Amino acid sequence: MRKYLKLSLFVLMTVALVSTCAIGCGGSKETATKEPYVIGAIFSTSGVSASLGVSEANTVNMLVDKINKAGGINGHNLSVIIRDDGSLPDTTATLATTLIEQDQVLVIIGPTTTGETTAIMNISTDAEIPLVSCAAGAAIINPVKYWIFKTPQTDKQAVVEIYRYLQSQNISKVAIITSTSGFGTSGKGYLESEAATYGITLVDNQRFDSTDTSMTSQLTHIQGTDAQVVVCWDTDKASAIVAQNMKTLSMSIPLYCSHGIATPAFITEAGDAANGIIFPAGKLLIVDNISASDLQKTVLTDYKNDYLAKYDASTLSTFGGHAYDALYLVVGALENMNEDLTLAESRAAIRDGLEQTTNFIGISGIFTMSPTDHLGMQPGSLALIEIVNGAWTPVQ
Amino acid sequence: MSAHQFAQYLIDGLTQGSIYALVGLGFTIIYAVTRIINFAQGEFVMLGGTLSYVFAVTSGLPMPLAIIVAILVAAATGVVMYLLAIRTARRASVLSLIIITIGASIFIRGIAGNRLGVGAVQPPHFTGNTTILFLGAKIDPQELWIIGITLSVTILLHLFLTYTMAGKSLKACAINPEAASLVGINTKTTALTAFILAAAIGGIGGVAVAPLSFASYDMGAMLGLKGFVAASIGGFMSPIATVVGGLILGVVEKLAVGLSWGPFNSSYKDAIALVVLLLILLIRSGRLAAEERSA
Repeated sequence: MRKYLKLSLFVLMTVALVSTCAIGCGGSKETATKEPYVIGAIFSTSGVSASLGVSEANTVNMLVDKINKAGGINGHNLSVIIRDDGSLPDTTATLATTLIEQDQVLVIIGPTTTGETTAIMNISTDAEIPLVSCAAGAAIINPVKYWIFKTPQTDKQAVVEIYRYLQSQNISKVAIITSTSGFGTSGKGYLESEAATYGITLVDNQRFDSTDTSMTSQLTHIQGTDAQVVVCWDTDKASAIVAQNMKTLSMSIPLYCSHGIATPAFITEAGDAANGIIFPAGKLLIVDNISASDLQKTVLTDYKNDYLAKYDASTLSTFGGHAYDALYLVVGALENMNEDLTLAESRAAIRDGLEQTTNFIGISGIFTMSPTDHLGMQPGSLALIEIVNGAWTPVQ
Repeated sequence: MSAHQFAQYLIDGLTQGSIYALVGLGFTIIYAVTRIINFAQGEFVMLGGTLSYVFAVTSGLPMPLAIIVAILVAAATGVVMYLLAIRTARRASVLSLIIITIGASIFIRGIAGNRLGVGAVQPPHFTGNTTILFLGAKIDPQELWIIGITLSVTILLHLFLTYTMAGKSLKACAINPEAASLVGINTKTTALTAFILAAAIGGIGGVAVAPLSFASYDMGAMLGLKGFVAASIGGFMSPIATVVGGLILGVVEKLAVGLSWGPFNSSYKDAIALVVLLLILLIRSGRLAAEERSA
């Protein structure tokens, strides 16, 4: 009997000890790791814009690992929910709603292209949640929308970069050939509206579909004009066909393309015909050639090395850089955010933080935002790049 | 428009039209025999194009062998699709079967995007890419291949339908399925033959066009649309009319580019092509109505 008493006393004491420890340990644990910051991301990792979206999703996954390994943000781990919209605006809208209502994310990064971004701008505004788009269209931030930001250079900046160079080369007669896609149509608009400012006359204005087997007809028409250069505005595949067709037609005038061809895929696709093509793009492509005094040099080199250590070189592109900038802009805002805010307060605080970004050195450029500028890209972010012997080379 | 420019537009248009024609032929063959509009037709073209690259470049097979294997795989996909998706649902209405083909196309596209990657690929040209000068037009040799292949396919198909038992059975089923089965034609076998033919012709189109304009997992949908238009010019019944329809569509599109002047530029090329189509359809339907009245 006494034996039993002893035993039960021992058991009781052990239980008590263990439970106090558990409470104590639990309590101290709670203060050590705080609740993670959950943010949402929507990228087109399948569908027509997949080559862009894959670079973006890879980049975000890589950076989140890096940030959490380094201890997170003010003791909070970062958790990102990445969704694929299949390059379809309708899907993007559904995904955005789910992220906002169900997953209760603090902020949304992406989507990849202008069409998908347009599809969710109202959703984000109505839900009062900040959106940092990775799409190029100038219409996203012009006019300024309270909750909407973006990171890539606008297509207008890309057009201006080409025109400024043409003007410096005393070239005034330009033929443009643009696709009927959203990207091509937006580019066409700026190619037309900016021409006069840079003393450029558009001597031909051709369109094509992505379904066309060849653009020789449009190019033959251009051959009938006195154009000094051709400017083509579309993503890699159709631009590669234009380049090859110009070779078939033995056209000797130079071809300029959009920043839509800033991917290794274009050089593979266009082959020989890629040589001599000039296009504007972020400095990431020519990071080895830019001077050490360039403020972006370190950031660009680190990103490139980190990315190549983890992923295939064929997916390294400026598009991943747009996601890098979007994520770090958000991280910057989270670092300055107060503790213990409600979800709505956190979202508002992140929005304010994004707007107060000053001299953030990113992949696409250096950002200083303001209530009137939700891109905040400082001049000199784009470089003109020529493809020489299948490699990107800066134009002097 | 100078003579050599006209030649350039014409050949460019015939090339483009040939692809529409090959896709259209697939629609016509399957519709004529089974009354199903096969929305997966464009996917056979995609398979031909992407697989010829996979076999020729990734696996390193000699080009002719790679082409044949790609076409065979496309044809086999047609067989599998028919046996698994269409024959098992044979009691369903034609509308349901058409919806099944849409499902099949999404399935095939998804598998291709997943297994073969989402980028655009370009298999090597059949006979190099040295520009040929023809009537003042500068042509990629592949364009001649595309036009030549389309003509050969059309002629062979015509011979097959006119002079072989299997071909005649197809025709019989197209004209009157019930009467055909009464005289002992196995309608299931003819339907299978139709799917094989359509898938193989689609595959051939893909193999021919990919060296010129790239192949990617999502190319099928757009080509399918234009091929559908070519087939509707042919009334979904006559292969020859379908081919002519495809060629007209291609040439009109390209000539519309050539005629572009001032504000009337190449953005209107599809609109012009559609207007021509509407005219053709109006004339055709008028003639059909007249025939019905006289009958």
